[in-house]
Amino acid sequence: MSNIKSAFKNGKALIAFITCGDPDLETTAALMRAAVENGASMIELGIPFSDPTVEETVVQESSIRALRGGATTDAIFDFLRAHRHDVDVPVVLYTYANVMFSYGMERFAAACSEVGVDGILITDIPFEERDEFHPACKKYGVDLIPLIAPASDERIAAIAADAEGFLYAVSNPGESGVRGGFTVVLEKFTEIVRRTTDVPCVVSASDLGEVKRLSPAAGGIVVIEGTAALLEKYGKDAPAYVGEYLAQVRRTMDEA
Amino acid sequence: MTNPKGRFGQHGGQYIPETLMNAVNELEKAYDYYKNDPEFNRELTQLLDEYAGRPSRLYFAEKMTEKLGGAKIYLKREDLNHTGAHKINNVLGQALLARKMGKTRLIAETGAGQHGVATATAAALMGMECVVYMGEEDTIRQALNVYRMRLLGAEVIPVTSGTATLKDAVSVAMGEWTNHIDTTHYCLGSVMGPHPFPTIVRDFQAVISRESRAQILEKEGRLPDAVLACVGGGSNAIGSFYHFIGDEGVKLIGCEAAGRGIDTFETAATVNTGSVGIFHGMKSYFCQDKYGQIAPVYSISAGLDYPGVGPEHAYLYDIGRAQYVPVTDDEAVDAFEYLAKVEGIIPAIESAHAIAYGIKLAPTMSKDQIMIITVSGRGDKDCAAIARYRGEDIHE
Repeated sequence: MSNIKSAFKNGKALIAFITCGDPDLETTAALMRAAVENGASMIELGIPFSDPTVEETVVQESSIRALRGGATTDAIFDFLRAHRHDVDVPVVLYTYANVMFSYGMERFAAACSEVGVDGILITDIPFEERDEFHPACKKYGVDLIPLIAPASDERIAAIAADAEGFLYAVSNPGESGVRGGFTVVLEKFTEIVRRTTDVPCVVSASDLGEVKRLSPAAGGIVVIEGTAALLEKYGKDAPAYVGEYLAQVRRTMDEA
Repeated sequence: MTNPKGRFGQHGGQYIPETLMNAVNELEKAYDYYKNDPEFNRELTQLLDEYAGRPSRLYFAEKMTEKLGGAKIYLKREDLNHTGAHKINNVLGQALLARKMGKTRLIAETGAGQHGVATATAAALMGMECVVYMGEEDTIRQALNVYRMRLLGAEVIPVTSGTATLKDAVSVAMGEWTNHIDTTHYCLGSVMGPHPFPTIVRDFQAVISRESRAQILEKEGRLPDAVLACVGGGSNAIGSFYHFIGDEGVKLIGCEAAGRGIDTFETAATVNTGSVGIFHGMKSYFCQDKYGQIAPVYSISAGLDYPGVGPEHAYLYDIGRAQYVPVTDDEAVDAFEYLAKVEGIIPAIESAHAIAYGIKLAPTMSKDQIMIITVSGRGDKDCAAIARYRGEDIHE
């Protein structure tokens, strides 16, 4: 068990998603510090992928800017070696299967462990493919964070039973009509998950309204689009704005 | 330990977001049922025969054979199918399956537009709604096919993300499917993507070799020595190979688009230049850098302009059952013109890649040997582009 738990020890976790290297790694370091100073209890660093098919456009573009800026997997591990401990909250990596696979499962997990990364989240592996990635993570003591989406109760329970770190709840915008409808889905997830495990369920919120709606049922809130949009607008000057935004999110979560 | 589902050796699998699992599981279940349903198979055969014009001819290319002075060359004429390519085989199967599943809407990705046109055709025939995602670049390069799809009642949505080509259209279509799974079937155009697509598309395209195997036995009383087909994602190639895989004496040769050459960065020859990776739901060979970032690919043929290859091809390559050879733009264009002049057949520029390798290979074989080349589609769509390649100022 990694120290991811510590992010949840003072109530609901605020997880700041930052695309590593957008527009450059110095900005990423400043963003990590600004996020934690303003209430983030965990940092989720995106390793950019050439074809970030799962994300909203604003996040896809952040990924492309980071790649253009030279944020390779090696450059990111070097960066983490130097800056991981600028912050004292858990850090997880978010990426696509091919990024970890191409680096080598063992090599990737070992590097995570060496630089102090606590968990890995891979968006394009479902429960069925988890066993290919999990052994390396386990060997190096890095949590492999599972994703759950609306599915049968049995499937959600099976995923929850294996969960470590936290569970990342995702949905299809079309499924619930509007994203606001996801509150109902999340409540159902949480109910099923609680029967199986005490691992918290987190969910992403794209604006303060969603933060308010989703907070009561969530173990934590991930801010993705919010930081990506500010990076798009302010580039190297984004850290101050991101800090301010995260402080608002934190307040909204605490009041909800 | 890897998930054994939909594996071809180490390749294949289901590397997709959790959000897509409901959709692929539903599809897998339905396909497992209908593939053995006599009524489904009767309806599909009727559609293929009466509507698409199957069986396609296995034509003895006598002049080509004489000129090249080696193996006897037969052409499997998928270009004579309705809509002008092999794509219709798969599309009719998937559209029928979708209708049985109660879906009212088909979505598809398309590169050159051939699969989009085939999907729009099947949707029109079956009274279904149709939306085709096409890279914005490709909508400009293939404006005539965009018009065709609209004429057939489909909506064509230009995709602007990424490189605005085929791989981006696939990405967007998958996302859209996730959001509309209740009403919508994603009619994937090649033997790629997550399980069960590589198997479904392979099964529907296998009609090509089911026919050609019987046809060659009837005409020659023996099996061929080599079967050639072009490979992008690889659907016409796997269809052309499938019923010969168990026949050890039959060489299976996939012809990849080398673009300006496999020693340049402007290539789409995935098996020849790529490495094992995970993308678009499958493990297979991909053109990528050492960090797993998918590389931009290039070929004169929009239909072969894809950075990956179907997982079953990757497996056939790994076990040495099939070989994959690179064919450059120049060689393909020469073959395009050659077949037009020698046999009076204008092949699709994709198919011309297979013809080009056949022209190279035939003279090295003896006169009592037999080669089958699949002409996967007709070349009308390519005439303007090839004319421009030769320096003529022609526009559609």
